[in-house]
Amino acid sequence: MDSLPSLLDGLSITLLLTFISLTIGLVIGVALALGRVYGNKIISSVCIGYIEVIRGTPLLVQLFILYFGLPSVGIILTPLSAALLGLSLNSGAYQAEYLRGSIQSIPSGQMIAARTLGMNRLQSIQNIILPQALRISIPAWSNELIYLLKYTSIAYIIQVRELTAEGKFIAADTFRFIEIFVIIAVIYLALTVLLTAIIDKIEKRLSIPGIGAAESIALRNA
Amino acid sequence: MHMLEVKDVHKSYGNLEVLKGISFTMEKGETKVIIGTSGTGKSTLLYCINQLNPPDKGEVWLDGEEITNPETDINKIRQKIGFVFQEFNLFNHLTALRNVSIGLEKVKGMDKEKAQERAMAELTRVGLKEQVQQYPAQLSGGQKQRVGIARALAMDPMIILFDEPTSALDPELIGDVLDVMKALAGSVAMLVVTHEMGFARNVADEIIFMEGGIIVESGPPKQMFQYPKKPRTKEFLGKISTLYGKE
Repeated sequence: MDSLPSLLDGLSITLLLTFISLTIGLVIGVALALGRVYGNKIISSVCIGYIEVIRGTPLLVQLFILYFGLPSVGIILTPLSAALLGLSLNSGAYQAEYLRGSIQSIPSGQMIAARTLGMNRLQSIQNIILPQALRISIPAWSNELIYLLKYTSIAYIIQVRELTAEGKFIAADTFRFIEIFVIIAVIYLALTVLLTAIIDKIEKRLSIPGIGAAESIALRNA
Repeated sequence: MHMLEVKDVHKSYGNLEVLKGISFTMEKGETKVIIGTSGTGKSTLLYCINQLNPPDKGEVWLDGEEITNPETDINKIRQKIGFVFQEFNLFNHLTALRNVSIGLEKVKGMDKEKAQERAMAELTRVGLKEQVQQYPAQLSGGQKQRVGIARALAMDPMIILFDEPTSALDPELIGDVLDVMKALAGSVAMLVVTHEMGFARNVADEIIFMEGGIIVESGPPKQMFQYPKKPRTKEFLGKISTLYGKE
């Protein structure tokens, strides 16, 4: 029971890492996906390069580079900011790929119709393409949230005192490894179940007949 | 000065020359129907007019402006050229009302309320007052196409280009769409690619028969149907009338 406050501290760091990285990752992801699909050759190659480098290297290595590598060029990050940066950059690459798939699944007629109305490219993307693509991405995005929630535990290796790290400290003090790590596991599990339920609700609320996941739900219930 | 002037428009895809020098003019409120076999460049011509697929050679003038000139603000010009698609291309994430109002808001800068009022009026005009809150997936093909027409009309275009507007519709739904188009005739210029010979005969001021990337013959419906000058026109109209029925 004495360990409850420190577990709660760890939990709040875990949630902070998850949601901040997911949000910044979304912004990065949107930019990368748009750059990859609509950018000219140079922009598109830069985006592809970024995505491939991030997805082709382990998250842990990326965190090491940010935390242990950057000081050698004079940039010193706190453990928490290194973790936030690393997870955001990493999640951005994955979210970009989910979103790219969604953008490319939208029929070309949508863009053509927007342009015939007199919208420029940016207006068409903003008003017609993105609102549809983001909705279609919600299921994949929910996956990313759940992955991210658990990947944040890697931050413990660069000294961030998130949930798993706190568990490790308590376990080391008390030698009650099984109990502590089962509790930690149950907390992650409960969070996952809760977050999945919340996203399902959001998805239903935003659902539009004929678009993405909502359509398959309608068909299943038919 | 003509409202629309298409001058010697050429367009190729790779080695295939789809349009081999098309020229014609249109006046305010005129309805012209383009007929011809599939793959003969009719749709390509429409996309050459609104510059979604700019011609390789030739000029298109609208309202005294050369719109094939790369210097013209094409987004401004496109507001004057409505387009109705064979596959409707309604915005899937927007209600019928928002499909019609979004162009007014985002392109014409109208405020939301005014835009929706106007959209409501256009949807009522095409007989969809009850469907304004429906999403495209909840509408029949005929209803979708009428939303498409309302969307084009709301922008107050000088001309509306119709690319086979009834070809993707079930036969029993075609009538509603054609009725809306008939009612529009005269109030806005319409350039219609279609196989609906009844519409061509009764509504068009002029019929343009295209084949092989050129205009074979054009003239008022009566002349085209009764006294075509070219044997090929006669043959085509004979065939298509058996297929689609005479009115």
